Amino acid sequence: MKGWLATRNNRSEARADAPAWTLPDLAAEIVRRCQEGLRLAAMFGVPEGGRLIVYAILADDTAARLWIAAAAAATGAAYPAITREVPAAHVFERELWEEHGLIPEGHPWLKPVRYPHDRADRTQTMAGYPFFAMAGEEVHEVAVGPVHAGVIEPGHFRFQCAGEDVHHLEIQLGYQHRGVERLLERDAVPAHPFRNRLAESIAGDTAVGHNLAYCGAMEALLGLEPTPRARSVRDVALEMERMAVHMGDLAAIANDVAYLTGNAVFGALRTRVINSSLAACGSRFGRGWIQTGGVRSDVDDALRSLILKNLGDVWSEAEGMAEKFFSSASVLSRLEKTGIVDQASAESVGLVGMAARASGVPRDVRADHPWGGYADVPLRPVTQDSGDVLARAFIRYLEIRQSLEVIRQRLEDLPDGAARSTSTHATLPPDRLAVSLVEGWRGEILHVVVTGGDGRVIRYRVKDPSVHNWFGLALAVRHNGISDFPLCNKSFNLSYCGHDL
Amino acid sequence: MFDLLKIRRRHGWTFVPDPLRASVIPPFRGRPELRPDLCTRCRRCEGVCPAAAITAEPLRIDLGRCILCGDCQEACPAGAIEFTTEHRLAAFGREALITGEGVAAAAEPAADAIRADIRRLFGRSLKLRQVSAGGCNGCEMELGACGNVNFDMGRYGVEFVASPRHADGVVVTGPVSENMAAALEDTWRAVPAPRLLIAVGSCAISGGVFAPSPALRRGFFDGHAVDLYVPGCPTHPLTFIDGVMRLIGAHSAQL
Repeated sequence: MKGWLATRNNRSEARADAPAWTLPDLAAEIVRRCQEGLRLAAMFGVPEGGRLIVYAILADDTAARLWIAAAAAATGAAYPAITREVPAAHVFERELWEEHGLIPEGHPWLKPVRYPHDRADRTQTMAGYPFFAMAGEEVHEVAVGPVHAGVIEPGHFRFQCAGEDVHHLEIQLGYQHRGVERLLERDAVPAHPFRNRLAESIAGDTAVGHNLAYCGAMEALLGLEPTPRARSVRDVALEMERMAVHMGDLAAIANDVAYLTGNAVFGALRTRVINSSLAACGSRFGRGWIQTGGVRSDVDDALRSLILKNLGDVWSEAEGMAEKFFSSASVLSRLEKTGIVDQASAESVGLVGMAARASGVPRDVRADHPWGGYADVPLRPVTQDSGDVLARAFIRYLEIRQSLEVIRQRLEDLPDGAARSTSTHATLPPDRLAVSLVEGWRGEILHVVVTGGDGRVIRYRVKDPSVHNWFGLALAVRHNGISDFPLCNKSFNLSYCGHDL
Repeated sequence: MFDLLKIRRRHGWTFVPDPLRASVIPPFRGRPELRPDLCTRCRRCEGVCPAAAITAEPLRIDLGRCILCGDCQEACPAGAIEFTTEHRLAAFGREALITGEGVAAAAEPAADAIRADIRRLFGRSLKLRQVSAGGCNGCEMELGACGNVNFDMGRYGVEFVASPRHADGVVVTGPVSENMAAALEDTWRAVPAPRLLIAVGSCAISGGVFAPSPALRRGFFDGHAVDLYVPGCPTHPLTFIDGVMRLIGAHSAQL
């Protein structure tokens, strides 16, 4: 592909090899490529030597390929917005505007994303967020948050309703911004034990997923190759995380439709899964399990039997519960045709992961850009067509089964050898760029690490799947009763801190 | 109908019969045991700690910063650091979270340290409002788990409520981001006095792994006294339940 540097998941590239465009030309080129079927996976700025370099990463999900290109830009430079033609690019252009002051001309929704502490324009404040408002005699506004009723993270939801019907939902985020990316860029070189523990705190419900993305990028830069055994153990950790959260989400959805047996049973089964993680690595959330270069906790024979037994028991009980749950008229009447995102909308706004698959878009990093054990044992994405809450609930059930299959395969064929990482002291090579993609339980996690001339990390970019999918939630609730919002929200279960960084 | 009965029968009982006496299975990492006599002062532990929680001279760990990751134990060539499964980590004072060389044994909060007014007012019923101020959803999920069918904290009359007006106290998680500072303060003000303040997780107590970030505004904790510190990353449900029961003086009554 002319004008682009070809790369793959978890590969390190020399930055100088990325073809340079002017910003307007790059924007036009991205529009063209996206119209041909490629997907804009990331676009971000790297301030260097008084100017800004914008990197764009396109994904070819059919050929397991990534493409990189760059453009230099002056602060405050303007260019024709990509979003006019490619709605899924909206968040990247808003980030470039918010973080560096670049102006995407004609952007239909140019609003702050997360109010980072080092934003280009400090006069932009959370209190001044430009909410979309409807006018009309019957229209009323409902404001919820940032502090919500439950024990959950903060965010603000602003509904425009006519009677009970939601016409528009706008989601204002940024409350959870902790400056994660800047912390990942601190210090000259990543000394042992790297920043795995920080990566695990990007989103605590995806500790394994984000840590794996961190490891993938660092290992690519350092030329570290995890052993076959470490790869298998990592896959087990990731799939256990998926099983646990999906199970917990089924419990939450059951709770929201007042199906208390489902809430109790799925909730207790989730506990058994996370307690199996505890037995494996000392943390119910897989913290400390994975380490750059390999894993910190290996799986011995006793642990292998324990995990297989626990998860097998969990599955057989979940199966009975799910059969009942998904055939109850009172449950189905709440889930069916609620919060629909059709396939065209899902494609257009760039949904990823489980939410995309529930709308018939078979996007799954494990299949599209496989790494680790997924490169050896192909995985077929599970999809549903209806795009409603039922689809997003049922797909969790199917994916729990799929995860169990992966775990069984990895543990039964566990390769011999070492799994624990030993290589600890290392310096990163200068002027490189590495992209790492992981299919976390929500979807595509993307980490990009950019090093400068002295090998320091000058840019650490994190993209949680929620960055794309929050917009999907806003679409899902349109023309639904406002009382179904909690159900729609649970069916996505998006991350606030993963988005806010 | 019969299917449901079958499901319930199969499910059986999953609750923890006595959360105050329960223990957590290994390799859970709880209270660290430090052996200054073995320590060679090589300071490798300091180099690997992601939260600046450990010092080698004197050999101490601040549980208010520690994320219980065990990286120091892995790095220590002398075997001077060992994390035990002891999950009872809560303390009434910030100083009491520091453990190790030259520090009086980190005792459980003494019974007479419990404020009489807290016991009288909240000993039999305590409603809490939780605020996540930059929390990663780790502590939030574990606090949510306190009320699930396994831990069932509600059995002690301790529950999370939706409205701060209904609450007797605020439970803070997260390092307090700048963008959440005002909402946290507002929530605190909306809780009628007398009220309790509980800091859960190393982030809330000290900023945790986010402590060096310029995106935090931790002024809230300068203005308001914390009644209970509950360490962890995230805090285990049993750690939280144990701490709260001690705070309201209901622990000894139950045991």
